[in-house]
Amino acid sequence: MSEKKKFERPVIKKVQTGMTNKFGTRTEFDPITHIDKVPVKELIEKHGSPLYVVSEQTIRSTYQDLYRAFSTRYPKVQMAWSYKTNYLDAVCRVFHQEGSWAEVVSGFEYDKALANGISGEHIIFNGPDKDEAALEKAITKKSLIHIDHFDELYSIIEIANELNITARVAIRINMDTGIFPQWTRFGFNYDNGEAWEVINRIMLQEKLELIGLHAHIGTYIMSALPYGVAASKLANLAASVEKKFGHNVKYIDLGGGFASKNTLKGAYLSGTDTCPSFDEYAEAITSALVRSEIKPEHLPMLILETGRALIDDAGYILGSVIANKRMPDGKRSMIIDVGVNFLFTSFWYEHKITPAQSFSHHTEDTIIYGPLCMNIDIIREHITLPPLKRGDHVVISRIGAYNMTQWMQFINLRPSIVMIDMDGKAHVIRENETLNTVKQNERIPEHLTDINKK
Amino acid sequence: MQIKKNIAVSDSGFVFDPTSGESYTLNTVGVEIINLLKAGLHEDEIKHKILEEYEVSASAYDKSFIDFVAMLKNYELVEYAD
Repeated sequence: MSEKKKFERPVIKKVQTGMTNKFGTRTEFDPITHIDKVPVKELIEKHGSPLYVVSEQTIRSTYQDLYRAFSTRYPKVQMAWSYKTNYLDAVCRVFHQEGSWAEVVSGFEYDKALANGISGEHIIFNGPDKDEAALEKAITKKSLIHIDHFDELYSIIEIANELNITARVAIRINMDTGIFPQWTRFGFNYDNGEAWEVINRIMLQEKLELIGLHAHIGTYIMSALPYGVAASKLANLAASVEKKFGHNVKYIDLGGGFASKNTLKGAYLSGTDTCPSFDEYAEAITSALVRSEIKPEHLPMLILETGRALIDDAGYILGSVIANKRMPDGKRSMIIDVGVNFLFTSFWYEHKITPAQSFSHHTEDTIIYGPLCMNIDIIREHITLPPLKRGDHVVISRIGAYNMTQWMQFINLRPSIVMIDMDGKAHVIRENETLNTVKQNERIPEHLTDINKK
Repeated sequence: MQIKKNIAVSDSGFVFDPTSGESYTLNTVGVEIINLLKAGLHEDEIKHKILEEYEVSASAYDKSFIDFVAMLKNYELVEYAD
């Protein structure tokens, strides 16, 4: 008996002539059947759907690309892994193995970095909320505390005096770098002289050592030039400190904010075409530092806290088709088992979504909905995809940043996360949640134990 | 239900509606079903033929057929006998 032909859902599509398709042309030409040589089908069979997948190989190669871009242009470069971007221990440890310090923004993240084996001197403590207990710990362990506001400065002075330990501090500085929006809510302003004022106060304190200067100009910055402006301004301050106090800051920290290759909603061109390369960012920053007034023998270490651009490409979420629906206007919609609670970034990115099995060249404009019984649960408002049937799999790419920290346990339990190691072996790095995960922290008052009794 | 008589369908899956002037494209299974509809076959006969020829379950086929016919209606390519 001859083998039957492969079935594809019958599709009829209107030919649009004479105008461009505002939703763009077809983008997916090949299925993603494997991630780092591991079959997608096998991953889902073994670990369920949806499933987060992290590629160790991509983390390491992206890190090495970034480090190479800077270290070939500047003598002293140090990366600090931005914990909030993805603080899964396995992910952090890959970065630490590559040489990254830790950059944390809460007491919880600070403890996580310590537990990952990072010594206190290699933890950069950022953020507007550092409670006294966390500050005490950070001062004692000689961490690099980046001061955000005057209240924090005075808390640190008090604690350092009480402990009789010199606190190693830097200040976060906000500034006009020619971009909009200008982030002014964090740190002290450069342009109105506030930052210089704080530096003077710090320099007069016996128990504070001004060790660095820090700026983080924004996020997903699609031009390298503002980083050059920021580096120049920080270098000016460093040179002024040297001139007035004879003190050399040990480092200049340009924070993070490099764009990943994702495409922003409403963007005309793909992020892969429009975002600066690591070399462009590196050229802008290192040129500004080298050309500054800082004496060559006192060039400070350059610290980078790049998060998004280092981890986005290494993360995938695998999902399955729950249903196909036809909207009243004839438009096709597809429900998948990945909702906005697991893919927070779908609110601002047009994520790349690719079928995990072979398909024909026929496509339809499609809306992709998540599984939540909530109207806002839309993964892609417009995407050109081939016909997929219930149970087919999709691969959503470039989701490594923020989705595994800003995710929500909502309606569904959060799924497993696996990491594929350098040899192509998949390891579970976070187990899927169970009913007990949710219930274990709940407590039932005595009078509600029996639901049949009022 | 039948495909309107003046609708032209090419072997490669190109559909032309002279009433509206609109053109459409079909995938392989779409061409096959529309040609069977044009030839006057009943829904059940079409189903039987497709299930014999293709690797598909009856329920998967039914769902896709309902959707396909809905789109033919949406594009006003079908008519119903009085």
